[in-house]
Amino acid sequence: MNSQKTRRICMDYSAGKPVDPRIVDEMLTYMKSSFGNPSSLHTLGQEAKKALENSREHVAKLVNAEEPETIIFTSGATESNNLAIKGVANRNKNQGTKILTSTVEHMSVVNPCKLMTRKGFQVVFLPVDNFGILDLEKLETELDDNTTLVSIVYANGEIGTIQPIKEISKIVHKKKAYLHVDATAACGQIPIDVQDKSIDLLTISSNDMYGPRGSGALYLKKGTKIESVIQGGGQERGLRSGTENIAGIVGFAKAAEIAGNEMPHESERMTKLRDDLIKGLIDPIPNAYLNGHPTQRLPDNASVRYSFIEGESILLSLDIMGVYASSGSACAAKTLQPSHVLLALGLQPEEAHGSLMLTLGRDSTKKDVDKLKSIMPGIVKRLRDMSPLTPKELKS
Amino acid sequence: MYTDKVMDHFRNPRNMGEIPNADGVGTVGNPVCGDLMTMYIKVKDDRIEDVKFKTYGCGAAIATSSMTTELAKGKTLDEAMKITRASVAESLGGLPKVKMHCSNLAADALHAAIENYREKTKK
Repeated sequence: MNSQKTRRICMDYSAGKPVDPRIVDEMLTYMKSSFGNPSSLHTLGQEAKKALENSREHVAKLVNAEEPETIIFTSGATESNNLAIKGVANRNKNQGTKILTSTVEHMSVVNPCKLMTRKGFQVVFLPVDNFGILDLEKLETELDDNTTLVSIVYANGEIGTIQPIKEISKIVHKKKAYLHVDATAACGQIPIDVQDKSIDLLTISSNDMYGPRGSGALYLKKGTKIESVIQGGGQERGLRSGTENIAGIVGFAKAAEIAGNEMPHESERMTKLRDDLIKGLIDPIPNAYLNGHPTQRLPDNASVRYSFIEGESILLSLDIMGVYASSGSACAAKTLQPSHVLLALGLQPEEAHGSLMLTLGRDSTKKDVDKLKSIMPGIVKRLRDMSPLTPKELKS
Repeated sequence: MYTDKVMDHFRNPRNMGEIPNADGVGTVGNPVCGDLMTMYIKVKDDRIEDVKFKTYGCGAAIATSSMTTELAKGKTLDEAMKITRASVAESLGGLPKVKMHCSNLAADALHAAIENYREKTKK
């Protein structure tokens, strides 16, 4: 096997993105000189306060929030999801104790929901179709007067499938339930309009749009009844106590501004690369399949699977050649379970084990895609030659 | 995550393939769990004259298969039965904890192949 290390190619941007170099200097200002606490009345504090409120405006603008005050800064998407689920469920438990979510959610939605079942709430994980699209009929039948919250991912980062949020929202608002949408993977990649889609709560991540980690937000439609998860000095309208991470927030806001400006061009460029990549990963290789929806999918996501081979050994083979990817195989996971998202699509565990998830980023080029296209058939063939499962006609 | 030795066996697996008309064949694992391996042995004068493997699985599954064939080649059947999951892992400079049980099955496949041979040649 060719083990020559050439250019390092990251195809795992959904796991982590570099901070946009254009925002680092501004962040440093708020670490070094304008280091004040926004709660302080003096000029230093007020400088920070101004930066905080200015940042709120930028993030609000990206999702077309009705006013900046609807944005609550948090430590990232995981905290936002926790706040949305626990905060709404607990605050409204006199109205009802049922929560609806889907089988293709991130663990930061799955696990808070599971926790709520141990606290007397009923949680229903709604099924999806083979492409990962939510079963809307099932949503309608499960939604009742006891339901206070429906939490659905805007687009799942593993398979890229974008949910029909507007239709989901119409159904949810036939009842008195709130709609929380986890837009971690989607926000910054595709246009999101919380007013147009009538979203009540929206999770936004900073790093997923090339901002710093440890920063994120929860959009909270005016009038949404919610209680805090973290209590303390009452920052962020009492919903998220703790001295604000100004440098992180400023970086996040700048990243949001850049994402908003560059989205039309960047999403078109990335979609083209993605489609080229998917084609190259599937067409020349027998028994290769796409995971997720062919068109209703995030511009960065190429998730595929190969029969008769296992994902971790694909990742290692790619890593040897300087390409960094991800897999939903049990063998590549801490839990030794295949990805729950792939299983939700109706895949058998042995199919999910053969999955390969590639996510593109701003630095991805046609050259990177071409490299993948050129090495993938050889990697698959080598592993299939080794596998006792491969049918004879695919060997040689 | 893996030692250099594991990666060496993953990159250049030893004795990969099938033995047509093998004297003994053993298969362990399950594709549902993500690991399946088959060992083929050729036996002469109670010694493993040749051994080959086919493996579906992660890097550890492939590397342990390869290492097991190296350890087994030339050994008597009784000696080969003493090759264990632990000794295979040790020869590879260790395996990540989570891989010790799920992917480290190659010694079992070798034992199954030897038992298969003994079953077939039982008089």
